[in-house]
Amino acid sequence: MPDTKPRTMFDKVWDAHVVEQLPDGTCVLYIDRHLVHEVTSPQAFEGLRMAGRKVRRPEGTIAVVDHNIPTNIDRTKPITEEESRIQCETLEANVAAFGVPYIPVTDIRQGIVHVIGPEQGLSLPGFTIVCGDSHTSTHGAMGALAFGIGTSEVEHVLATQTLLQKPAKNMLVRVDGTPGPGVTAKDIVLAIIGKIGTAGGTGHVIEFAGEAIRGLDMAGRLTVCNRSIEAGARAGMIAPDDTTFAYIKGRPYAPKGEAFDQAVAYWRGLAADEGAQYDKIVVLDAAEIAPQVTWGTNPEAVLPITGVVPNPADEADEGKRAQLQRMVEYMGLTPGQKLTDLKVDVVFIGSCTNSRIEDMRAAAAVAKGRKVAAGVQALVVPGSGLVKKQAEDEGLDVIFRDAGFEWRDAGCSMCLGMNPDKLTTGQRSASTSNRNFEGRQGPGGRTHLCSPAMAAAAAVTGHLADVREIV
Amino acid sequence: MQAFTTLTGVAAPLPLANVDTDKIIPARFLKTIKRSGLGVHLFDTLRYDADGKERADFVLNTEPYRHAEILIAHENFGCGSSREHAPWALLDFGIRCVIAPDFADIFHTNCFKNGILPVALPREICDLLIEDAKMGGNARVTVDLAREVVVRPNGEEIPFKIDPFRKHLMLNGLDDIGQTLQHAPAIDTFEGREKSEKPWMPEITSV
Ligand code: SF4
Repeated sequence: MPDTKPRTMFDKVWDAHVVEQLPDGTCVLYIDRHLVHEVTSPQAFEGLRMAGRKVRRPEGTIAVVDHNIPTNIDRTKPITEEESRIQCETLEANVAAFGVPYIPVTDIRQGIVHVIGPEQGLSLPGFTIVCGDSHTSTHGAMGALAFGIGTSEVEHVLATQTLLQKPAKNMLVRVDGTPGPGVTAKDIVLAIIGKIGTAGGTGHVIEFAGEAIRGLDMAGRLTVCNRSIEAGARAGMIAPDDTTFAYIKGRPYAPKGEAFDQAVAYWRGLAADEGAQYDKIVVLDAAEIAPQVTWGTNPEAVLPITGVVPNPADEADEGKRAQLQRMVEYMGLTPGQKLTDLKVDVVFIGSCTNSRIEDMRAAAAVAKGRKVAAGVQALVVPGSGLVKKQAEDEGLDVIFRDAGFEWRDAGCSMCLGMNPDKLTTGQRSASTSNRNFEGRQGPGGRTHLCSPAMAAAAAVTGHLADVREIV
Repeated sequence: MQAFTTLTGVAAPLPLANVDTDKIIPARFLKTIKRSGLGVHLFDTLRYDADGKERADFVLNTEPYRHAEILIAHENFGCGSSREHAPWALLDFGIRCVIAPDFADIFHTNCFKNGILPVALPREICDLLIEDAKMGGNARVTVDLAREVVVRPNGEEIPFKIDPFRKHLMLNGLDDIGQTLQHAPAIDTFEGREKSEKPWMPEITSV
């Protein structure tokens, strides 16, 4: 179908993957890359088995364990927690039975699925990428259409290499200008979510653009797209440019030599056409963004670190007031309290949002020559075995250890309470992860989301702190 | 998948916005390799206290809502993770229909794959239905998928809209993988064309 209308990047990637369109507009959409992990795949493989189906395209699929795996044990030994062990063993059995490529836990390349995709060159511009995990939106930073799916859809992709989908709407989030000192990709995306809300992107694919986004390195872009889902969007994308191509070049699964040049020529055509139409446009000025921290129990409950806990009584809408009241109570806060007065018990630096080498460096820069405050447990969990090695080669582990941080092995760790790293009831954390829902980091845990530098600042001061006043 | 045609049952009021998937089922219960048995953990933190005892003030712990088949909530229901354990837990508890002003995308899709009908109705209507639901066991709500109407206890019919393709699958309890496999020749053609047009496209041949 020749289409002369100017198209967005989402339109282009979508159009290039439509196998067939059904009469009601539902499309059979081809999937280039399917990333599989242990939590959302067992029932999918079981479904295949019961229906006598095969994996259609193992060479487009890769599996890894990340959610369950403890980050402080000898990985050559089995996991002691029985259910976690069974889930990991089930994945190993399934990938063997169905011939799916698998990165084992003892492999240095093992890590959080959303870290290793880009790191290994598995996630490429123009691709459709799916995984049974909502933060698959991360890979959109490569200029891919990447989104999370449920287990039934995992099974669907395994069996057919396609999904049944209807196109999303287009949304443009443009961040103009340059951010001030101490303001990172995490602060930018937290500010975006604060502005548009947790449902602001529902039904849309967000394209992040503007000077502040183009100025980010790949780690920062991955952080921004990671959190598209927290704005309710189906996916987030950033147009691939020279920063993207330089990042991809030489990665293990990326095209090589002449194939790479051919690929780049194709990738350059992916950016939105001049005059492409968006259903929604939001504009922010990076210069107005201060380091951000969440105070409540959903990602839109976010404020500049200079702010104070809101007073639910100021909210006119009854439903919202009740929700704010619940947040204030759950989080153990007093309206009007300065955010910088909140003492933390735990600091978690890691997760698919912020566990790349650049994040490790940013946190180490704050930790260097300082000490973790008394009574604070601080964890640094690299996103992959390779990030860990690189950090060690740069001596970052020594900086962290000297400062009193724990230096862990790769995994999801305290991002979600399903492995041994958990908050206990009432504990308050500064975390670089992506969700601050009630109980997300463990039952009764209280999460404040922030950037790696801000988390490190909280660790060394013992309370939420404005990193700009420390470095 | 179980077909969904008409459902008449107890509706439970849950007037909360942004009910996230960690609320529907916390991550620590995702370690199962089965789809069944998650109902006891549905809304775990709202439903049980720290000692695992039922909280008397949570709607699903009270009669007649222990037998609810319909749940009525506020905006952005199901936001958060892609875990299909959320609809599995709802289904295992006995809930076949969720009515809310809007739903998070992935959760919305996951519902259809499991024979749970997500019905989007404006907030004012949800509030009306919540008032109906508060009347308890005498107030049964009917959801008729074929006619795309919700019938209030007073007989008033409220129309809703459902994507025709999904409606077809739901009404007939069809497996969508089976549907897609009917397009296998088109998928073959697509793959063949990709191979010739994008010879640079890498494959994962070894790890
Ligand atoms: S780090 Fe957290 S958000 Fe990312 S994949 Fe793991 S559990 Fe999910």
